[in-house]
Amino acid sequence: MHRGATRLVLLVLGAFVALFALSGVANAADPSVTAVVTDADKTPIPGVAVSVTSADGFSGTGTTDDEGVATVLVPASGKYIVTVDEATVPDGQSIKDGPERTVNVLTGDKKVFFPVGSGDGDGGGDTGGSSITLSRVLQLVVDGIILSLLIALAALGLNLIFGTTGLTNFAHGELLTLGAFTTLVLNAPPIGLNIFIAAPLGVLLSALLWGWGQNQLIWRPLRRRQTGLIAAMIVTIGMAIAIRYTLLLFFGGAPRSYEQFAGQPGVEIGPVFITPKSMVLSTIAVVVLIATVLWLRNSRIGKATRAVSDNPALASASGVNVERVIAVVWILGAGLAAYSGVFLGMTQNVIWTMGQYLLLVLFASVVLGGLGTIGGAIVGAFVVGITVQLSTLIVPTELKTAAALALMILLLLVRPQGLLGRPERVG
Amino acid sequence: MDIAFVLTQAITQAIGVTAIIYLLATMGLNIQFGYTGLLNFGQIAFVAVGSYGIGVFVIYRGWSLWASILVALVLSVILSLILGVPTLRLRADYLAIVTIATGEIMRLATKSLDPLGGSQGISGKMGDDFYALNPFPEQDRFEFGPLNFSRNDLWVVVVGWVVIALLLLLTWALMRSPWGRILKGIREDEDAVRSLGKSTYLRKMQALVLGGLFGTLAGIFWAVAKQSVQPDSFVPDFTFFCYTILILGGAARVLGPVLGAIIFWFLLVFIEQFLILLVQGGTITFLSTTQIGPIRFILVGVGLMLLMIFRPQGILGDRKEIRLDAR
Repeated sequence: MHRGATRLVLLVLGAFVALFALSGVANAADPSVTAVVTDADKTPIPGVAVSVTSADGFSGTGTTDDEGVATVLVPASGKYIVTVDEATVPDGQSIKDGPERTVNVLTGDKKVFFPVGSGDGDGGGDTGGSSITLSRVLQLVVDGIILSLLIALAALGLNLIFGTTGLTNFAHGELLTLGAFTTLVLNAPPIGLNIFIAAPLGVLLSALLWGWGQNQLIWRPLRRRQTGLIAAMIVTIGMAIAIRYTLLLFFGGAPRSYEQFAGQPGVEIGPVFITPKSMVLSTIAVVVLIATVLWLRNSRIGKATRAVSDNPALASASGVNVERVIAVVWILGAGLAAYSGVFLGMTQNVIWTMGQYLLLVLFASVVLGGLGTIGGAIVGAFVVGITVQLSTLIVPTELKTAAALALMILLLLVRPQGLLGRPERVG
Repeated sequence: MDIAFVLTQAITQAIGVTAIIYLLATMGLNIQFGYTGLLNFGQIAFVAVGSYGIGVFVIYRGWSLWASILVALVLSVILSLILGVPTLRLRADYLAIVTIATGEIMRLATKSLDPLGGSQGISGKMGDDFYALNPFPEQDRFEFGPLNFSRNDLWVVVVGWVVIALLLLLTWALMRSPWGRILKGIREDEDAVRSLGKSTYLRKMQALVLGGLFGTLAGIFWAVAKQSVQPDSFVPDFTFFCYTILILGGAARVLGPVLGAIIFWFLLVFIEQFLILLVQGGTITFLSTTQIGPIRFILVGVGLMLLMIFRPQGILGDRKEIRLDAR
């Protein structure tokens, strides 16, 4: 088992470093701020006036070009206030979330997005309801696949833990948040490791600290005390609240980003707009998912895991060390969730509520796919991820999560065991 | 600010509007979770139905408060049916996931749909019909020893506690009736109850509806007392606070939620105000007053964990009654 686990860790580490290195774009140009002004369809809006000011008196202006982009060079890294002149936005439209942003410019270019539209959504994104074009559908499918990979990573761990221990872990979202913050601590000053080192180290550390450590400290003793599953479920809720607010206490409520690749410009591939970092992170996610599934299918401990999921008593009687399997599952689950968190943190922001918002989407995926099944987590993740993004074609962006949750409830009506689950009737 | 002020604040909160709102919602959970073993993690959805029922119908439609209360209660029953039909035949954790999801759907929907108030919520004099009945003499403040209430607050608090007393009586009567014994039977051994020829599905649905109505009453009370409905008040954490209250006081006990809510709010406010006192007095220097908000949530989270592990029966409960299992 140990050799297998070590090999897996090395494989993941190798994949991380290699793929990051491949994408490594030198990012050390003069500091600048780039404002990107787009409408609800992500179509760029030209001719919008943008000004950049700082507390020590710097002031610069620019006008967006045909790609909706205005770049203003700034003298040094530091805090800048970026303001869009709403009078120059056509049709009297206004900027979502207000025309002013405060940004922290480090080195190179800092991208600031100004989506035009009404309402004050949960930040960024496009509003639904406007015209449905092929390129928009394609863009949403690609966004959906990226989201699906992110969900699948975390949902797989959630399902493995549920399968082997029966625990419905309401603190699984916090494993994701903890992973992102662990990496942030390694990445931000004073430690200041480059993200290439900080991310794999953060994931590894999270797997051990928050996965193995949590199991040793809380769940193993509770299993010994024969705490009921519902009691344990409520314990996870208390834990989720405690973890979340501890992070708020220590890191504050403002969204943070990693030191590198924070404002990486996107590239256009055919009709689709995608950032290189998303591509790299997605590729790693695919590799990790395939590796995990193969490992569960073929390795000794993987087979033992499936045996425990199937019937813990029988597995134990057949000589499987159930406690060891559970420890491995916690390590794996926390590691997968941590990578998911880093993925989310790199493509969006690191914030104390990031896992909380994803938790229900995770549940929707595992319930859709089948609670406790390995394939189900991945199938469910793709159904949910793509539904969430495509739903913005018809419903407002703020409601996209609701669409996935509604889909889950509807599926429960017709196929309660989920797409790949076994029927199990109780009442 | 001194320790007497801190104590007064804590006592006022422990019997005040917030405690009443949480208590009503928790009494509903007690019927669902405590007596029947149903894991409703979305009590906030029922509370939202109450609050938005009042907000939308009184302010946007101009209906009277009483008609709106009736509509809100009917909507609450419909919500129970929608939640119960797909999940009550499934394992307990499905209801948990579906209810928490429904709570979030409702929060997101009210936040983004303008006919439901949108992100600004609904504000306005939605409680006027109720305050018009206020029998207390016209004066600004009413003082009872160290406590003092405004005329409207006093009326809200008095009516709140009278309603709670009546509902406690109802709960007590129901739970010692044959119907209540079936609910407890479902919690202990659903198969045994079914083998006696009782429809457990129907009974679970009835418990869900009744508990939901209590939650909706909490929401109605909220809208009337605060005269405003904000979408971001209806977060999942509300339900988890209710669980903490329920388990602290003792689940499956008529008076459990009452004791739980009073102690919970007293402790929470006392600790918060006491910390503020220490920070402002310079005794604690490693915290700022803005950090005290998160600390109280951390205390709730850790408290819920410790209670569930070491004393799941809370203050009044019976440990044997809380040995629930999900399968």
